Amino acid sequence: MAATSAQPPAALRRRLSAFLYRHRRLKLTLLLLPPMAWLVVVYLGALAALLFASLWGINPYSFTIVHTYSLGNFRTLWDNSVYRTVTFQTVRMAVFVTLTDAVLAFPLAYFMVRVAGRRLRAALFVGVLMPLWSSYLIKAYTWKLIVATNGPLNWSLGKLGLPHLHLAFTNTSLWITLSYIWLPYMVLPVFAALDRIPGTYLEASGDLGARPGRTFRRVILPLALPGVAAGSIFTFSLTLGDYIAVTLLTKSQFIGNLIYVNAGVAGNLPLAAAISTIPVVIMIVYLTLIRRTGAFEAL
Amino acid sequence: METRTVKIALGVAAALVMAFLYLPLVVIVLDALNPARITGWPVPHYSTKWFSVAYHDSTARAALEVSLKVAAGATAVAVVLGTSAAFAVHRFRFFGRQGVSLLLVLPIALPGIVTGIALLSAMNYFGQRGSITTIVLGHATFCIVVVFNNAVARLRRTSGSFEEASMDLGADGWQTFRHVTLPGLATALVAGALLAFALSFDEIIVTYFTAGSVQTLPLWIFNQFQLPNQQPEVNAVAVFVIVLTVIPVLLAQRLMRDTGGATR
Repeated sequence: MAATSAQPPAALRRRLSAFLYRHRRLKLTLLLLPPMAWLVVVYLGALAALLFASLWGINPYSFTIVHTYSLGNFRTLWDNSVYRTVTFQTVRMAVFVTLTDAVLAFPLAYFMVRVAGRRLRAALFVGVLMPLWSSYLIKAYTWKLIVATNGPLNWSLGKLGLPHLHLAFTNTSLWITLSYIWLPYMVLPVFAALDRIPGTYLEASGDLGARPGRTFRRVILPLALPGVAAGSIFTFSLTLGDYIAVTLLTKSQFIGNLIYVNAGVAGNLPLAAAISTIPVVIMIVYLTLIRRTGAFEAL
Repeated sequence: METRTVKIALGVAAALVMAFLYLPLVVIVLDALNPARITGWPVPHYSTKWFSVAYHDSTARAALEVSLKVAAGATAVAVVLGTSAAFAVHRFRFFGRQGVSLLLVLPIALPGIVTGIALLSAMNYFGQRGSITTIVLGHATFCIVVVFNNAVARLRRTSGSFEEASMDLGADGWQTFRHVTLPGLATALVAGALLAFALSFDEIIVTYFTAGSVQTLPLWIFNQFQLPNQQPEVNAVAVFVIVLTVIPVLLAQRLMRDTGGATR
């Protein structure tokens, strides 16, 4: 070692890079180790801590965490019908929001790819990107203001001579808000999937005698599906875990705010940890189901 | 293959969806310009009063400082780890490569609240209180994939023959990396870093659980929501936050224009 370090730095560097060039496995290890170590230690480690914490209990008198392991929290989740109702309600909301976003995103993405000229297309792309990155919190809050009894929505309806809507603190307003906030997450992968379809496929379909409607159903739709599936991972997962828009917009309970309340005000971290295994299980099932559509490659 | 009618219908649908995306943003700006303490609609007249109030609010400024520190820290970690992972996944074929990709995506594919509670449980386990460090730990976890995606998108489109040429001309591995690979990757890395910064700067779901008593700007805003009559000032801060996140995102978009990888 001492002999090596006495050499001029350039020569050492040369030897080191030649060494790494010959030992590709070592190079791979050096590249892969830091990010994997971080994700395994911080992320998977934290998920493991979550599992442990879900087995702890809480002293009902002092509200301190009892570090003994039991399935008590999962028993509570199983026995109380509240948790089943809330889970069902949350999944239903996630499905509605995902479908709404797919229906809204598809024509926009299709227009961008197949109709719009180059400049309009670029402008629309940036136009979709911008709301995606503007503050989530503020978008949720703005919808609370929009649907308020004396807010802009009812004001506009009044101007048009239409009756007022009573959307404040309802699941409908939450549905609109979440669909709104997650919409760009759906548009971008659908756009990317449609954009990848070669024009020659459509010509070939036409040459083989398919009418436009049939080409759309048999060529475009199947090839766009991975994009929709990729977008749905985001819309589904983000809805399952949301607690801020939920707190701001509705009075109903969803998985997210049950976790939030138990971890915060109620001071029952073990129960919160147990509840948060529900969205994890749902997402794992969901990811396994849509994996076959090629969604991961379209992310 | 689309008929004229179909094109017009698509145009109308696209315009309506874009209007849906933008009208709420207009409401935020109009609200921030309303000088009254209680928001009424329509806004009677406009003033920049709340921008000045927000500008001089010391708690908001302190929160802004924390947010900038956190975003800088998380971005730095994400750039190093994300780039390194991108090279590994792009340049090598190895057992478990799919698993590596999955692990990178997992922090954004699983709900943020799960990450939040998981980190809180881990902190609890080690008796660690919330601090800027714990927030950075959490944010970096989901920022890595943003940098990774941008770097991989660029690597896929750059030809390996440049590097071979460089080596053939006598450059060593480091010189090739420094003078050939890195310049080709630089704009993608800057774009990834800008997106990671914007993502961290705006994050609240995970932050809420890992922050302890530290206040980031989104947490400050969230706390103001719980107080009565703070809304106009919050709106002013909101407009500021939106501008501050949108600028890096637009920059990133420009930098990645040819690669089309500036999304998550």
